[in-house]
Amino acid sequence: MTKEEIQHLATLARIELSDTEIEKFTTEMSAILEYVGAVTDIVGDDALLAPQVGAKHNVFRKDEVTNQTDEYTAALLAEMPQTQGRFMVVKKILNPDA
Amino acid sequence: MYTIAELRTKYISGELTPTEVFDTAIAAIAAKDTEIHAFLAVFADARSEAEAATALYREKGADTPLLLGVPLAIKSNILIKGRVASAASKILENYTATYDATVIARLRAAGAIFIGATNMDEFAMGGSTENSAFGLTRNPLDPTRVPGGSSGGSAAAVAMGIVPAAMGTDTGGSIRQPASYCGLVGFKPTYGAVSRFGLIAMGSSLDQAGPLTQTVADAELIHSIISGVDGYDATTITPDTYGDIPTKETYTFGIPRQFLADGIDPDVLATFNAHVESLAAAGHKIVDIDLPIFEKGLAAYYIVMPAEVSSNLARFDGMRYGLSASGDTLLDVYQKTRAQGFGNEVKRRILLGTYVLSSGYYDAFYGKAELVRAKMRAELREVFKTVDIILTPTAPTPAFKIGEQEDPLAMYRQDIFTVPVNLTGVPALSFPMGTVIREGIQLPVGVQYIAPHGGDARLFSLGKKVYDERR
Repeated sequence: MTKEEIQHLATLARIELSDTEIEKFTTEMSAILEYVGAVTDIVGDDALLAPQVGAKHNVFRKDEVTNQTDEYTAALLAEMPQTQGRFMVVKKILNPDA
Repeated sequence: MYTIAELRTKYISGELTPTEVFDTAIAAIAAKDTEIHAFLAVFADARSEAEAATALYREKGADTPLLLGVPLAIKSNILIKGRVASAASKILENYTATYDATVIARLRAAGAIFIGATNMDEFAMGGSTENSAFGLTRNPLDPTRVPGGSSGGSAAAVAMGIVPAAMGTDTGGSIRQPASYCGLVGFKPTYGAVSRFGLIAMGSSLDQAGPLTQTVADAELIHSIISGVDGYDATTITPDTYGDIPTKETYTFGIPRQFLADGIDPDVLATFNAHVESLAAAGHKIVDIDLPIFEKGLAAYYIVMPAEVSSNLARFDGMRYGLSASGDTLLDVYQKTRAQGFGNEVKRRILLGTYVLSSGYYDAFYGKAELVRAKMRAELREVFKTVDIILTPTAPTPAFKIGEQEDPLAMYRQDIFTVPVNLTGVPALSFPMGTVIREGIQLPVGVQYIAPHGGDARLFSLGKKVYDERR
């Protein structure tokens, strides 16, 4: 595991890392990956991955409204970092000048 | 502290009232919790619920809900409407839950009073409660030691005698290991027995909520209230999903000797062996079993769990709730929010999860880990054809010293006996099997009873005989 790889993972994971963190995680991750690598020599029939007793599939419930209009709106808006009226404010993602 | 069963009797007879017990608990938190730090928040305003419960007992006596007036401490990754649920993370420091988790709704309907939110490893990632963003929790039995984790605050709250029981969550041992370190009973149900709706998700295929109590009977009572099918969690199971797992007078216990051969504290092993002998003396049959794939469990766990963590924690982006850092672009906001909001262990596991799920590594890591998991389940099915219960120590050591485990891998090894249970989805009960002496202090160590899928009732029935009756 190299520093560049850790930086790449951090970008994928949307986490900004300091140089110290990159340094530390580079060392630690190599040790952890070596340990979890114990699974890579496992061989087995893929049929084992078929659903077993108890595993459930396609559990649906009716698509019906279970709450009153605006029952949760105020509470949810109150949790938002930035709002304008009944809207959440986010950064612009389309830049016409770009 | 009285057990839930004892409290209930005293409430009904009028010897004690919920208001008195509530006031005593709040006073005990003020007196003891500055040192121990089991609680992140105390809900003193819940006193009105205690008063209402007191009035209801006066009016109706025994004809009241089973947990009426019983104060409970709740791990801070379980949502209680109107209360902060931070999961001990800076990213959720000011997040107020907008709804009740199903387990909370059911405990509330049974009359329980939530007295406070307990400390934990951030997002339940850790085995010592040292990973909390708001300071560590100490073990009430020896404050130089950790209470275990991640439900360390819940365990400490019960061990201090503040509450008769507390709620925790268990993804890889987070109820059972702190129960072992603090001398309590801890129960991880069959996967799907208890709804995950309203738990702050860590590893969705592994997480279950369960109680930390003083007796197996109390754990059974809480489990009976919180378990059952829930329309908000499609993985919840019905009682007949796994067929009948009968309770018996005597059982065949399987001991995975090979699995216990390495890395276990000699005193813990001696205590475990004494426990096994006591079971044999009580007429149970003891056999040695082999679980070769189980020994790869920890490696598989540290692939599956981080993979699920990295997916589940992608939702914390600084947009809809929680911490939001300022930045120039949307990407900048994401990256800075998550940099400031997450602690070390959380970042480490997100990065690890991102790695094992990334293109080119998925088959080698995640695919193989899922195969290990499937083989572990197959191995268990074989073993449970001839044995009724698998026995291990809950953790390889007693509670360790604060700051002692600095290497993440060494810390992960504390979970070696507990994670296979989550990976396979079977139920397991931990209760004290004895004590070991460290620096002149008696430290409890737990034994773990593992039953087949759906065997929760077998564990309770057996645990009450083996533990409660001799307590």
